[in-house]
Amino acid sequence: MITFEGVTKRYRDGTVAVDDLSLEVPTGAITVFVGPSGCGKTTSLRMINRMIDATSGRIALDGQDVREIDPPTLRRGIGYVIQQAGLFPHRRIVDNVATVPYLLGWNKKKARARAMELLELVGLDAGLANRYPFQLSGGQQQRVGVARALAADPPVLLMDEPFSAVDPVVRASLQDELLRLQSELRKTIVFVTHDIDEAVKLGDTVAVLRVGGRLAQMAGPATLLTEPADDFVRGFLGRDRGIRRLSFISAKEVRLGPAPPDLVTGEDGRPLGWRTGDGLAAYGTFDPETDSLRAALDAALLSPNGVAVAVDEEGRVRGVAGRDAIDELLAEYAPPVRGAGSAEEAPA
Amino acid sequence: MIEEPLVRWDWIARNWDSGSPSAISTLLENHVVTAFLPVLLGLVVALPLGLACARWRWLYQPTAALMNVTYSLPSLVLFSVFLSVTGLTRATVVIPLTFFALAILIPAVVDGLASVPDPVRQSAVAMGFRPARRLLRVELPVAVPVVLAGLRVATVSSISLVSVGALIGQGGLGNLFIDGWQRQFYTPIVVGIALIVLLAVLADGLLVLAQRLLTPWSRARSTA
Repeated sequence: MITFEGVTKRYRDGTVAVDDLSLEVPTGAITVFVGPSGCGKTTSLRMINRMIDATSGRIALDGQDVREIDPPTLRRGIGYVIQQAGLFPHRRIVDNVATVPYLLGWNKKKARARAMELLELVGLDAGLANRYPFQLSGGQQQRVGVARALAADPPVLLMDEPFSAVDPVVRASLQDELLRLQSELRKTIVFVTHDIDEAVKLGDTVAVLRVGGRLAQMAGPATLLTEPADDFVRGFLGRDRGIRRLSFISAKEVRLGPAPPDLVTGEDGRPLGWRTGDGLAAYGTFDPETDSLRAALDAALLSPNGVAVAVDEEGRVRGVAGRDAIDELLAEYAPPVRGAGSAEEAPA
Repeated sequence: MIEEPLVRWDWIARNWDSGSPSAISTLLENHVVTAFLPVLLGLVVALPLGLACARWRWLYQPTAALMNVTYSLPSLVLFSVFLSVTGLTRATVVIPLTFFALAILIPAVVDGLASVPDPVRQSAVAMGFRPARRLLRVELPVAVPVVLAGLRVATVSSISLVSVGALIGQGGLGNLFIDGWQRQFYTPIVVGIALIVLLAVLADGLLVLAQRLLTPWSRARSTA
């Protein structure tokens, strides 16, 4: 666990980057620091591994004040992923990944073997090991950055806007990859981003910071969407909060009915469309096992009759869910009545 | 004008390796030594000075200004200044040329270190490099292409500047020019020019080769 106790960072010119920040980063989960530029999110992150030292207050790693640890030693025990990867251009990929093991004095053979394991873990081909960073795409470089941060198996991982420099498609796949890795590794991750959608997608807990380095709200993503603490958080979350919240509800519980005869399916059991007078009309599908209620609702909205088609992982029809079935579940997960919720109060 | 051919091959053959101090091969050897010594000395001095300038930025402007003033002084003036101290020796040429090399190499080292991308430096800090190791293992290697580019300019200009030393008899192949002018005899002049150009091209080519071998990661980057 990482604990911030009344942490303030004031620069010599009087600028306050972080103002009296107190929060707890739980072990084994992803905590996202999100906010507009100038909110002190990166400064807060860098105070954990002492790339920046706090002016006052205390940051503790499992109870130990980080200021009691020699910075290089502290940093070798904390993985760090930087924006634009920051790979060493003069070192081959395998040696980039083995950076911290080398610093820790592992022999070359052991360090490289470990690096090869990590390349595989982050989904990179072993053939890339002997290339130089410039020979890789931005997305691949970022994966190497993650592998390098994990090389010495640190319990804590700091990620400073790691996916902001790649295009949206690559970003989405890197995010999915991170969630997959995290489900195996259970690291304590602090992730900084200015992208609220990324924060909501990745965070087990999201800390929203406002300009001037003050904590506006810290909550789980679903709570954040339904119960923003104030206008700032509400504005920062943006539109469609109600719809986006449905991403956190599994579609597993949607009551499925049998497929009606006017749903045309192919020989392989996959849907072809809804039969109408003129031929086949569009349809929408969702997989109840893996998709969210948002995907189910989206599928219903894509069909002319408002009926979503449930499919299995092979894409074969399992049944259908009408809007009434979806609505039942929506009612069940309606936001709590104001006052009865557990939204944290924003500091005054 | 007397009908004098541009090049007399027989003169070249007779004077190439005659054993006298003015033999072409001896002059060539002197030229190489007098040209490379300043670059080598310059590099040895420029590395620590450049590092200091990169570390303490306030040092850079005065150092660069001093070096530029030195560079703007006609080499002849510098030679005569040192002539009174070191006399008609090689040092009288080597010392001013070292200053010229420094004027190119100090900025090259400073610019080289500045060319290290910020995310690279920061990730080195975040990985837990201590300052000295970070400098040796990350910053200096990444600075090599820029430093080598400066080294190429310094080397070629040093090779060409040595000839001015001929005025005090320490000009290597430049001595051939004096000889040629005095006797209105073109062959030594042509030989001098050809060998100096050849030397410069060869030295530059070797440095390019060194760069490709030392920094395989940067060659491909520039063509990517």
